Amino acid sequence: MSMITADPKDVPHVEHFAFTPDNLAKAQVLMANYPPGRQASAVIGVLDLAQRQQGWLPRAAMVEVAKLLEMAPIRVYEIATFYTMFQLKPRGKYLLQVCTTTPCWLRGSDAVMKACQHAADGETFSVQEVECLGACVNAPVVQINDDFYEDLDEASINKVLDAFRRGESPKAGPQVDRQTSAPQGGLTTLRSE
Amino acid sequence: MPKVKVNGVELEVPAGFTVLQACELAGVEIPRFCYHERLSIAGNCRMCLVEVKPGPPKPQASCALPIADKQEIFTTTPMVEKARKGVMEFLLINHPLDCPICDQGGECDLQDQAMGYGFDRSRFHENKRAVPDKELGPLVKTSMNRCIHCTRCIRFATEVAGVEELGATGRGEDMEVTTYVEHALTTELAGNLVDLCPVGALTSKPYAFEARSWELTKTESVDVLDALGANIRVDTRGAQVMRVLPRLNDDVNEEWISDKTRHAIDGLRHQRLDRPYVRRGGKLAEATWDEAFAAIAAKLATIDGARVAAIAGDQCDAESMVALKDLMTALGSPNVDCRQDGARLEGGPRGSYIFNPGIRGIDQADAILLVGTNPRTESPVLNARIRKRYLHGRCAIGSVGPVADLTYPVERLGAGPASLRDLLDGKTGFLEKLKAAKNPLIIVGMGALAREDGAAVLAMARELVDRLGAVRADWNGFAVLHTAAARVGGLDLGLVPGEGGRDVAGILAGCEKREIDVVYLLAADEIDTKRLGKAFVIYQGHHGDIGAHRADVILPGAAYTEKPGTYVNTEGRVQLAFRAGYPPGDAREDWAILRALSERLGKTLPYDTLGQVRARLVAVNKSFAALDQQEAGAWGGFGDPGNLSDAPFVSPIANFYMTCPISRASKTMAECIASRAQLMAAE
Repeated sequence: MSMITADPKDVPHVEHFAFTPDNLAKAQVLMANYPPGRQASAVIGVLDLAQRQQGWLPRAAMVEVAKLLEMAPIRVYEIATFYTMFQLKPRGKYLLQVCTTTPCWLRGSDAVMKACQHAADGETFSVQEVECLGACVNAPVVQINDDFYEDLDEASINKVLDAFRRGESPKAGPQVDRQTSAPQGGLTTLRSE
Repeated sequence: MPKVKVNGVELEVPAGFTVLQACELAGVEIPRFCYHERLSIAGNCRMCLVEVKPGPPKPQASCALPIADKQEIFTTTPMVEKARKGVMEFLLINHPLDCPICDQGGECDLQDQAMGYGFDRSRFHENKRAVPDKELGPLVKTSMNRCIHCTRCIRFATEVAGVEELGATGRGEDMEVTTYVEHALTTELAGNLVDLCPVGALTSKPYAFEARSWELTKTESVDVLDALGANIRVDTRGAQVMRVLPRLNDDVNEEWISDKTRHAIDGLRHQRLDRPYVRRGGKLAEATWDEAFAAIAAKLATIDGARVAAIAGDQCDAESMVALKDLMTALGSPNVDCRQDGARLEGGPRGSYIFNPGIRGIDQADAILLVGTNPRTESPVLNARIRKRYLHGRCAIGSVGPVADLTYPVERLGAGPASLRDLLDGKTGFLEKLKAAKNPLIIVGMGALAREDGAAVLAMARELVDRLGAVRADWNGFAVLHTAAARVGGLDLGLVPGEGGRDVAGILAGCEKREIDVVYLLAADEIDTKRLGKAFVIYQGHHGDIGAHRADVILPGAAYTEKPGTYVNTEGRVQLAFRAGYPPGDAREDWAILRALSERLGKTLPYDTLGQVRARLVAVNKSFAALDQQEAGAWGGFGDPGNLSDAPFVSPIANFYMTCPISRASKTMAECIASRAQLMAAE
């Protein structure tokens, strides 16, 4: 097992990180949710802002967040390493979080995973195996950046990935003929006016 | 008070107690790893499970469960037994079986408790997890495979030491206790992490693989490396001091000691004076005691007492100081001083030179003013006590003096005497906070007193205390923080210049002007020896340090671990240290050397045994009769209003790790300095 450390050898060194004025304003809004002196409570939200700005979370960003929230850097490191949503290494433009927990797995997440792994080049796509995403009704599920792509199989995930490659944003949600988690092919009950 | 039953025995416990504390009160031992009475409650090791009625039908962690009236607690039921065994099995899943090569072996909580709750074989057939070791500086060795994630070290660093640098990264099986950025901890209390660790994950680096706990002889002693007088236990093997551990004393050091106290002891093995020396033809040559005494007697025979002077060092025991004073009196010399740094404390009323409210008084203070002191370097454990008070809340803390990170926020009120005057005149607003406080505490350091205008600063501090009404029957808020362990003892015994006598500055000036012919240095190394001029210097001490290099005769004495001694700490508490080993070679106990010399000089001191010397101590000052007690000193006039200089107050301790002959001879302390310098450079 590799050591959890601030400066692993396989991660590029980022010397400096500063919030854009836009993000700084957003961070201030998050901090204002809490009473004065308790601004550290906003740490997860502010870290997320930093991650969205940089694409991932270099140490410099964590130190900047600590400074902004007036907390010890180690407390920020603890949080950033605890939650899987924080990426401590650079990743592709699209992060494919493939659910492989039992319901998804039973519905064929293995094939979806294989397709994602095939597409992962570290620049456009990065792939990550995750635990239950909470959308079992629409298994198998892949979370791509902020959106869920549901009811996938090998063909449909490839279609989605191809669209991303072309620079489009394919429609999120079920990739089969159904509305959210309603029955496939249209309603089966409550059809009368 | 709520009534609870522990294993059927009814008892009353104070409200707010936890179930674990109630069990302790009932005399029932609860196994634990993460719970520590001086740290916040984490409740994560789950070893302290008990059964509680009324309550859910499952075992509960007693450390984090508040007691309730009419609660029934069971600690020996099959359910509890089984639950604890289960917890132990889980703890041991990832714990290596390396007790034979682990330094914690023999004093390991996990080892001990596994005897009670461990299973005799493992049911875990997978691989144990492997965790890389961490770098925590030159004092703490890590072996992170052994860590059971009790988080005591993290809580200690955050809460007591005040350096938020340790944390737990990752989650679940990937959790690691680390600094994340891989650097040494920037605290003077790092050694305590080793004491706190219930397993062998954090062990002492300088002591690594040196000894087993059962081979050591344990002697109760008192620390002399700063003026706090921390209660310590000296562990020796044969003649060698292997390690120093804290002893519990809530009034002084709780259960912490500083890194210097704990780790400077390797200095006791180096640079020691183990035989007398006499300077012949400009070079120090080995001699016998007889020859050394003869050289001194020959010199003193022709010299008038007024041309003789004596300076007592910062780590002297009271016994040797009273013998020195008596010898000087017998020789007719008024030139005696124990204030090497030139502190303007004239030995007036006792209240003028001790930490009157006591260390415990810090807990009761509700406004603290630091004058010319950096307690973090002058006494890290006392600083941790101030931090504890700060964490408790509602305590204004201000400082006139050196700017430093004290691990708690401090209101900066200026740098020198002028700022103190402004404060007194109400120009900074802090005066109002002090006035509003019930128990204001004014801590005056040597940075404010050991200077030309020290007496005037003292007078100003006195004026402030008077104006605040901080000296009452139930509270004396005037506190002097010394840096020398021997200072209060020396002042108690009157080691200040007598009528027409010279102080340290006067003695040195006298040497330069050839008005002083003989100087007796009793382990006094913190003076400018170049200024001793052509004087005949007798050095009695334990290390070949600055004083010994200049000496004409060297009398080898004993270090603090090698003699039974009486020490008075900064709060005026008289404490006894026992002998942990014998001094090397021909070296002897210090009071006995002075006694033997006095006989040779024909001025025999009237005591032959340690008991008689101690009786003499009590005769000189009654406070020596009250061992391990503390109360505010007698109050009276002191201080001398006069001209104030513009110079800012500077803490006398520029380098925490090296302040005395022992710490200067210590390799471990040198490593600490190098490590700290590296950290500074990295920043």
